Amino acid sequence: MTDVQLVELTVNGERHDLAIPPRRTLADVLRHDLGLTGTHVGCEHGICGACTVLVDGAPARACLLFAAQVEYAAISTVESLAGPDGELSDLQRCFGEHHGLQCGFCTPGFLMLAEGYLAEEPHATREEIREVVASNLCRCTGYETIIDAVDDCASRRRAALQAALDPVPAAAPRPDPGSTA
Amino acid sequence: MGEPGLRRDGTWVGASVPRREDPRLLTGRGRFVDDITLPRMLHAAFVRGTEAHALLTSVDLTGTRAVPGVVAAFDAADLGLGDITALLDRPAEEFTPTAMPVLARDRIRFAGEPVAIVLATDPYAAEDGVEAALVELEPLPPVVTEAAALTADGPPVHDEAPGNVLVDVSLFATDGIDSILDTALASSEQVVVTVETRTGRQNALPLETRGVVADWDDRDEQLVVRTCTQVPHQVRTVLARCAGLAERQVRVTVPDMGGGFGQKCVVGREEIAAAAAARLLRRPVKWIEDRREALTASFLAREQHYTARAAFSRDGEILALDADVVCDMGAYSCYPFTAGIEPLMASAEMPSVYRVPAYRVRGRAITTNKAPTAPYRGVSRPQYVMVMERLMERAARTLGLDALDVRRRNLITEFPYRGINGVTYDPGSYRESLDLCEQVLRDEGWPGRAPDDGRVVGIGYACFSERTGYGSGAFAQRRMQVVPGFDISQITMDLDGTVTVTTGTLSHGQSHETTFAQIVADRLGIGYDKVTIVQGDTDRITYGWGSFASRSVTIGGSAAAAATDKLGEQLCMLAAHLAGVDADVCELDGAGGVRAGDRTLPFTELADVAYLRAHLLPKDVGPGLTATASFDVAGDGTFSNATHGCVVALDPGTGGVEILRYVCVEDCGVAIHPRVVEGQARGGIAQGIAGALFEQVTYDELGQPLTPSFMEYKVPTAAEIPDVRIEHLETPCAFTANGAKGAGEGGTIGAPAAVLNAVNDALRHTGVELDHTPLARADLYAALNREAS
Repeated sequence: MTDVQLVELTVNGERHDLAIPPRRTLADVLRHDLGLTGTHVGCEHGICGACTVLVDGAPARACLLFAAQVEYAAISTVESLAGPDGELSDLQRCFGEHHGLQCGFCTPGFLMLAEGYLAEEPHATREEIREVVASNLCRCTGYETIIDAVDDCASRRRAALQAALDPVPAAAPRPDPGSTA
Repeated sequence: MGEPGLRRDGTWVGASVPRREDPRLLTGRGRFVDDITLPRMLHAAFVRGTEAHALLTSVDLTGTRAVPGVVAAFDAADLGLGDITALLDRPAEEFTPTAMPVLARDRIRFAGEPVAIVLATDPYAAEDGVEAALVELEPLPPVVTEAAALTADGPPVHDEAPGNVLVDVSLFATDGIDSILDTALASSEQVVVTVETRTGRQNALPLETRGVVADWDDRDEQLVVRTCTQVPHQVRTVLARCAGLAERQVRVTVPDMGGGFGQKCVVGREEIAAAAAARLLRRPVKWIEDRREALTASFLAREQHYTARAAFSRDGEILALDADVVCDMGAYSCYPFTAGIEPLMASAEMPSVYRVPAYRVRGRAITTNKAPTAPYRGVSRPQYVMVMERLMERAARTLGLDALDVRRRNLITEFPYRGINGVTYDPGSYRESLDLCEQVLRDEGWPGRAPDDGRVVGIGYACFSERTGYGSGAFAQRRMQVVPGFDISQITMDLDGTVTVTTGTLSHGQSHETTFAQIVADRLGIGYDKVTIVQGDTDRITYGWGSFASRSVTIGGSAAAAATDKLGEQLCMLAAHLAGVDADVCELDGAGGVRAGDRTLPFTELADVAYLRAHLLPKDVGPGLTATASFDVAGDGTFSNATHGCVVALDPGTGGVEILRYVCVEDCGVAIHPRVVEGQARGGIAQGIAGALFEQVTYDELGQPLTPSFMEYKVPTAAEIPDVRIEHLETPCAFTANGAKGAGEGGTIGAPAAVLNAVNDALRHTGVELDHTPLARADLYAALNREAS
């Protein structure tokens, strides 16, 4: 059981070469080998979702995956959401504004769940969001404010997209179509 | 000052400011116990007894020690620790002391009891080591149910308690109560209604399981224990006593905590064992409870059985209440509260929000071969509120009256009110909250607006109050040998005019860093971002009692306020001296300075003198800017109150329940941070609904746990928990800082009764009344289809 295997893992865009036992879970590798302790472990059997990360953009339970299974996949954790200067993402801000977290233990899992879901379903309704939020467990909030936060973030993203698509007011300078910037 | 522009009337208290905790928690940069890694750290796992009741005849760890990666393995004899013993100052007929060994020595009292600790270089190897342990048990007949415990025809759980009863207290017994009840039984003008309720065993279920990282620090000559506990000083005291250390040789710190809800407000044996192993090995030791352990071998709660009868006059006035309470506390008495925590709470507070003129109660704590129990959010109040609210409903049905009118007839409306239980209730809005709750549901069109889809609809209410801010006086009435209550706070102003404030309470999700900062900021007239709260460190904080019983803001917040006010006086005296005016013409200017006559001295200037130019200080004033104050409640505490209203739809085809609407009208006095208060209510209601409809820890007839994972222990998700409309009333408390009352537990207290009453309302046409929780689908299906069978 102490045999090790060489595993190449890409996490938040950074490549890591690891020598780990094949039975080592992705959650343990992220937390204890890479020091990315934002991914939390609440049940180790795939129900609570505190360990949710994105694997190639899709939410996945890091406690149910061996790190060796996700070699060459792109893995994103909660540490990828904020800017390099610590500036919160729109989703993180919405969680704060709606009091969508109390103790904060389940929060990274809900953030990554929502991040993956909204990328795929930007037009999700509140009831659809509720169904997805039902993937994970939270013991503090009663869920309502988590649903509010995700719903609000989705609305803001849609509004921002719409604003970008709307004709630019005549007074504003139009971007140069030839620009590659 | 970077103010977020949320101040109401220029104050921080009452504004839902951004939480100080949020940025780190949102970015994954919080620090929970399992996030801590120390050099040369070992990982612990526990060998556990597999029988519910057995003699422990031998523990052989030879194979364990040979497992690659295993560094050491210890059983009870190896660690040689003293037992954990929680005591009540009550006579032998009322209380039987029992001890909880840190590791089992000669007896297994529940399946999952720790027998040995294995230390390995990684947690996987530690679990391999557990697999290799050989434990020989000689099974005894297990005591699994209340009936088996009270029959007591086999070996008892504890030899000291041959009848399996640890606490047996009869209280109040108003003169003439028997004749009141007998008269009511015989009279055509009065009725006696009875209710027998049972509530299932539950797990408080913080999403972060218990855990500890301990190491012996040779430089400080201290065992440093980072543990997720609600009661750090109590862990220090128990560890010091069990291990024969001085209190000073133990430092307990609490990092970020992923919830507690009471499960972590008692001292756990695993944290003591892991710390002792770290001391023996002179290496850091980490133990993180896995979910299976959390579900089977941590502290549970709530399994209670009530038999209550009440006499009512024909017009619905309650005349007498007679109750018998049996709480199944499992295998051990928890420290510091003892097995008396649940029956004593129920017995003392059962009359609830009603004027009960005659009262008698017998409260018992029984011991069984199941995992032990700890206080869980609400502590018996969800159960006795359920009893009282079922009595109100049953009386109304029996008398042909409206159930809300029966409540109104009996609600306490004049304050302060001294109850039959000897408790004085401070002002609340009992009647107002009921009226508003009913009005909100009526205005929204319930129950008429429920969809006409073949389901049957019911509406239910629960009225209750919740004693918060238990001071030493209130806890002394329980007669615990250690009496919690007070809190001590120290405030220090630094050179830059910012302050650091200690509190003996600590947040495990309740936002102390924000709410305490709001309280202090208002009193000093600085931004709440200029206040740093220190919590959960026994070296930095004078002996404290942690956070439980909704005591943090009421008692801890008041201590912080008192310390802040003292510092304010110091600042004024210093300013008076420097400005050459009398201190009585000096006052804080509300903007980070002191107005001293016609001069204004900013705090930074005063701090500069206090620290860097002490030669300018008056002769009788020492250097530094620091103040300490304590707060306690001499009287009976302060009562928050609420009314919950709930609309359910039951599906006769499946027995399924849907909560169509949930309304909570709550009054916790002045809300320091309204959004945090609402969060506490919503989260509490979710846990109450969980207990009413979903969660139950079950065992087979041999005492083997049947709910060891989330596949069996059904925790509700966003699909089951409804949105909650919350309305606030505000009856300020007269003796806490800012008029705040506790807000942590109410949601959990009211929800089971409201849901149960709504379900029974929906079942009205069947003639079936259900008085237990959780309500299984099968129960509801059977009730709904009774006519057909």
